[in-house]
Amino acid sequence: MDMPIPNAGILANRARIHARLAAVLPEDALITEHEELRAYECDALTAYRCPPLAATLPRTTQEVSAILRICHEEGVPVVPRGAGTSLAGGSLPTADAVLVGVARMNKVLEIDTANRFIRVEGGRTNLSVTGAVEELGFFYAPDPSSQLACAISGNIGMNSGGAHCLKYGVTTNNLLGVKLVLMDGTVVDLGGPYSDAGGLDLLGVVCGAEGQLGIVTEATLRILPKPEGARPVLIGFDTNEVAGACVSDIIKAGILPVAIEFMDRPCIEATEAFAKAGYPECESLLIIEVEGSREEIDAQLSMIAKIAQRHNPVELRESRSEAESARIWLGRKSAFGAMGYISDYMCLDGTIPVSSLAFVLRRIRELSDDFGLRVANVFHAGDGNMHPLILYDANTPGDLERCEALGAEILKLCVEVGGCLSGEHGVGVEKRDLMNVQFAPQDLEAQMRVKDVFDPGWLLNPAKIFPLPATAARRAMDPTAAPAVA
Amino acid sequence: MRPQTEAELADIIAGRNAPLWVAGGGTRIAPPTGAEMLDTSDLCGIRLYDPGALTLVAGAGTPLAQIEATLAAETQRLAFDPPVLGPLMGRAGTSTIGGVVATNASGPSRVQTGACRDALIGVRFIDGHGAAIKNGGRVMKNVTGYDLVKLMAGSHGRLGVLTEVSFKLLPAPEQVAVLRLDIRNDAQAVTAMAAALGSPYEVTGAAHWPGLGTFLRVEGFEVQVATRLRGLRALVGGDLDDDPSRFAAIRDVAPFVDQSGDIWRLSVRPSDAPDLVARAGAEGVLYDWGGGLIWLRMAPGTDLRHRLGTFAGHATLVRGMASETVPRFHPEGAAIATLTNGIRRQFDPRGIFNPDLV
Repeated sequence: MDMPIPNAGILANRARIHARLAAVLPEDALITEHEELRAYECDALTAYRCPPLAATLPRTTQEVSAILRICHEEGVPVVPRGAGTSLAGGSLPTADAVLVGVARMNKVLEIDTANRFIRVEGGRTNLSVTGAVEELGFFYAPDPSSQLACAISGNIGMNSGGAHCLKYGVTTNNLLGVKLVLMDGTVVDLGGPYSDAGGLDLLGVVCGAEGQLGIVTEATLRILPKPEGARPVLIGFDTNEVAGACVSDIIKAGILPVAIEFMDRPCIEATEAFAKAGYPECESLLIIEVEGSREEIDAQLSMIAKIAQRHNPVELRESRSEAESARIWLGRKSAFGAMGYISDYMCLDGTIPVSSLAFVLRRIRELSDDFGLRVANVFHAGDGNMHPLILYDANTPGDLERCEALGAEILKLCVEVGGCLSGEHGVGVEKRDLMNVQFAPQDLEAQMRVKDVFDPGWLLNPAKIFPLPATAARRAMDPTAAPAVA
Repeated sequence: MRPQTEAELADIIAGRNAPLWVAGGGTRIAPPTGAEMLDTSDLCGIRLYDPGALTLVAGAGTPLAQIEATLAAETQRLAFDPPVLGPLMGRAGTSTIGGVVATNASGPSRVQTGACRDALIGVRFIDGHGAAIKNGGRVMKNVTGYDLVKLMAGSHGRLGVLTEVSFKLLPAPEQVAVLRLDIRNDAQAVTAMAAALGSPYEVTGAAHWPGLGTFLRVEGFEVQVATRLRGLRALVGGDLDDDPSRFAAIRDVAPFVDQSGDIWRLSVRPSDAPDLVARAGAEGVLYDWGGGLIWLRMAPGTDLRHRLGTFAGHATLVRGMASETVPRFHPEGAAIATLTNGIRRQFDPRGIFNPDLV
């Protein structure tokens, strides 16, 4: 993975840029010392690191605007950062970039249960959004597994998902509005506490643009009434084919579970050894959760059981209590930890049509044999979002490269069967060089034209999403002289 | 012009220097007189339907009714309850799925299951350069690159001509039930709807039809409908409604069909709705989406936005003569207008697509 060569002119102006930022920021909001900058050299994609030119930790939209205005005038790239939990390197800095971290902007600004929304600052963590409305009987639906730490601005940048998307959708389906600071420092409000855009849906394209169109400092989020209850059923099968057919039959029967999680044998064995959740010995395992009142849950679980019985499950365990629910979820929730315990691993994030499940798992096993690296699969089966975990040894020379090559083959496979490279983590730098597999040049050109409008000088998070050769001409422009496209 | 294939359409656009009016089935906004029409109805057909994956891909010119019948045969449906506005608009055409997407047309269930733009997971379109562009795909979780799917939904054909659209579907419910609350006061109606929508009973429709009452819809399996009805009645009261087409009538704005006057559509913060309606001085009112959507029938030529003043949301003149002072779409602030115009110029540099719409 290459990053652009840092701009020597900017590096030479380091002192002046630091001084200009210092003039608009409180002392504790600007980091320029090399040792301190190392805290911001990477996000959760730790294989790649580079300390930025400066890191800023603004507390207000005005401060964000002032930082961007200076960077715009100086032609300095800007790397936005929420909580730094991106698995795709979405906030990996370059040496000539100013990092803008919004983590200090974490206040709740407004709660309105009558109109079912909450307005928060962008640095607020995902889980603490739900925390702010829980006692009022509401919750915020998107629940990425980093939700304890990840920030709403980052969720919006990556259009984050979670385990409950089949029913509740992803971030973009739960986002009503943002306060966005454009690269030239202009502050715009997109959307608000009402439904849908009056003109072009700019909010829809800002969400998921990985911080390349502006920096989100505030967000208006849809909150939902908490369901009365939820309970899972655990079902084990002899083959992945049968598990896949069972998922398809449940969906065709008109049941919309809030989550359908899938684990394959390598994953079951690893989590069993680690968490001892009492999972059955089988080839594949489904955890299906439904919501509602006690009667509604009972009725849905019995329909699911009836469908599953037709597929001769190895085991079928319906939860009858909170303790049993917790035990069923224990293994699934420990899956990543269990993998980390036995090996280094790389977590992929492709999506496939659910109907290709068995075929894709078979191909992954063949690829795994070819590359000589083990792969465990844990997977949101309801929406087709796969998380193959490739196990490797970081201390064995060449293993990481082999792992990355296998990962690329698996993601290409996802695209071949009609899916995509990333279901919820984003492209970042990690999948940037695979974008040509999924998109033709004119498809990428259409996306880049949107960036030309929001950020004509290509200064915001410029080396992400698009393959570097595709953006070379745009990044080479003198950003301070870039014509306003509008 | 009536291209038979996407490639033929791309050639037409690439060689075009004068405006075109992109038409689906001709049921929504009427073309200006003398406009050169681009008829997309031959770019049709269901290309893929995978009931086990809740996914449908169809040509943009496919009639909405054909899609709904195909899905109904598998007890599934589009998630967003698309309105059929032909009768309201006084137009005789057949609604196409491309027209639905281009107007982001979403019905009463928007309060629970989202808008058209939320169910739309992929598009193909021809941009103003004549290039065939693909974005999104056929899977419901996809964050690969910019989400132009959302940008195309509701863009009224101004960024390109849709040729193919993909959706995430929902199962059709086994049962549907509607409660009628005998409420005469708009503010009380909005309060009752907010209580219902804030409950765990998964209300899929909350509308107030002045003079007839407030209506709440629940759907699901038999046991779900029974428990949800019980819970809702304990919360807000009401009796079972006896008209099975109630929410179809609300969705298609039936009370204003064959009625004269301008038709306005407002998207607002629900609790603001009664005050806005009081200021509007309308001849007819219908509240949907718990008050978040207001349909108004006004005397022709009324500058509704002037009467309302500043509010959170937007007002669209759906039926009636737009003018310089009363434009069809809600005026945008300067910074947002700069972005919108910039995107239009990028996607349609020669100003071909529906320029008279604005």
